[in-house]
Amino acid sequence: MRKVSRLSRFNIASLALGLSFLYLPILILVLYSFNASRLVTVWGGWSLRWYHEFFNDRAMIEAAWMSLRVAVSSATIATLLGTLAAVALSRGERFRGRTLFSGMLYAPLVMPEVITGLSLLLLFVALNAERGFWTVTIAHTTLTMCFVAVVVQSRLGSLDRSLEEAAMDLGCDPVRAFVSVTLPLIAPAIVAGWMLAFTLSLDDLVIASFTTGPGSATLPIRIYSEVRLGVKPEINAICTLVIALIAVVIVIASLASKLSSSQGESAAPL
Amino acid sequence: MSTRRIFARPARFASIAPYVWMVLFFLVPFAFVLKISLSQTAIAQPPYEPVFDLTAGWDALRSAFAAFSIDNFRLLVSDDIYVFAYVRSLTVAITATALLLLIGYPIAYGMARLPKRWQAVAMVLVIVPFWTSFLIRIYAWINILQHDGLLNQILLTLHLVSQPVVWLSTDSAMYIGIVYSYLPFMILPLYATLAKMEPALEEAASDLGAPPWQVFWLVTFPLSLPGVGAGVLLCFIPIVGEFVIPDLLAGSNSLMIGQTLWLEFFTNKDWPVASAAAIALLVVLLVPLLLYERLQKRQLEQGR
Repeated sequence: MRKVSRLSRFNIASLALGLSFLYLPILILVLYSFNASRLVTVWGGWSLRWYHEFFNDRAMIEAAWMSLRVAVSSATIATLLGTLAAVALSRGERFRGRTLFSGMLYAPLVMPEVITGLSLLLLFVALNAERGFWTVTIAHTTLTMCFVAVVVQSRLGSLDRSLEEAAMDLGCDPVRAFVSVTLPLIAPAIVAGWMLAFTLSLDDLVIASFTTGPGSATLPIRIYSEVRLGVKPEINAICTLVIALIAVVIVIASLASKLSSSQGESAAPL
Repeated sequence: MSTRRIFARPARFASIAPYVWMVLFFLVPFAFVLKISLSQTAIAQPPYEPVFDLTAGWDALRSAFAAFSIDNFRLLVSDDIYVFAYVRSLTVAITATALLLLIGYPIAYGMARLPKRWQAVAMVLVIVPFWTSFLIRIYAWINILQHDGLLNQILLTLHLVSQPVVWLSTDSAMYIGIVYSYLPFMILPLYATLAKMEPALEEAASDLGAPPWQVFWLVTFPLSLPGVGAGVLLCFIPIVGEFVIPDLLAGSNSLMIGQTLWLEFFTNKDWPVASAAAIALLVVLLVPLLLYERLQKRQLEQGR
């Protein structure tokens, strides 16, 4: 109707340019991962050569395995803690230290990673903790639980409170009302939060570099040290695999949020 | 009302675990950064030696306090490298944020004017790159910008340049990388305020005879200022401390503060100076961080 006519040619052009700016580099990267030629500039036909190379690269595979383990465990702990934090903030009214609590939860969202990484490392060193899988997992949990909390909290905020109140009027105690009424309603946001935590952990270079120990590099650390030496077709293949994995995660997360938006007014946005 | 209060107590218990976690792994570490930034370089020299012995008791603690010095901070303000790094970080962050606003605004504006059904699609399209790995996106640009990369090939074929242009290790490459990585952070808050805006306001202005640019400057832009503020903070704060993008795309002759921190820490193994740099960086970011916190809180809790 009139909505359509509001769209000027300038609007369409800026949208088209903006979206191609966002997507073209990734598409080019994926395309070149199937290039048979070693030279990035020359198209030598389709090939899976660089994927073979990756699967025979033991150090790279080990790093990928380390990253996956860290991502799954930190995302799981972060989802648990982040959901609890979101519930406390949106249902807990006022409690002592609430301002400090919300401050600590929102700050890591924008805090430069070098600061978070350095401060956690100094803590681990002071505690004399052996650095490796667990220190990276704890560091990633600290970062990602804040994102989970925001996603779940925005869902809780848009939820109709009268449902919980009805359950309690009908004799449920608060915990029971939460488990049987609220939890199913926010479940999609919790799933989306886990997915986000998973991808953020899989992606992180800076915090992992600070908190890991010798001999336990994550995938981004390995990729980073290779990239510093220049472009290598094998890296294109690894990146494509990571993108494929994240694409699967996004599809699941968007299905979850679709479920969520069909139940309530709006899906949890980020 | 009363049901809410009943709900509040178990909810308060829910805060215990995440509260303890954040105090332990977010707040306490800052105390260590502060402590080490005040200590002499020699104390932390072997990087693996514990620098803070909790078992040594009160006396050791007191002597540790006595050893505090502000030498590292004095170094930060007297050594040109650090002063330049701070100035450069702020310049880069301000320039990049301005570029992001300039590029992000038209995109968000276009999104907000799409038919409702298409708006959701456009939003997903903008969010998806945020989920794909940061490092991979920078790497994708190295592919394109390198000496015999796609960009130079296109420019050469179109006869726009006669020789390959050096893109990598330049500031332009860094700005491309920053704008590319942070664009969703700018677009989404802008889009959120623009989409909520009443179209009748713009229509009224143009019905009363305002030309399109005046409608934009006098009506649309002032109304979108909350979104502008959120987008600017969301980009500016992390960019000041950015490490990966300048390290991979910019030249190595002038460093940003995140890079000097990294260098002091990993290459020079000078933990006290690195910690002092972190504290100084925090001080610079304190005001924007507090503004951001207030914004975030208001946004998430306005429904209460």
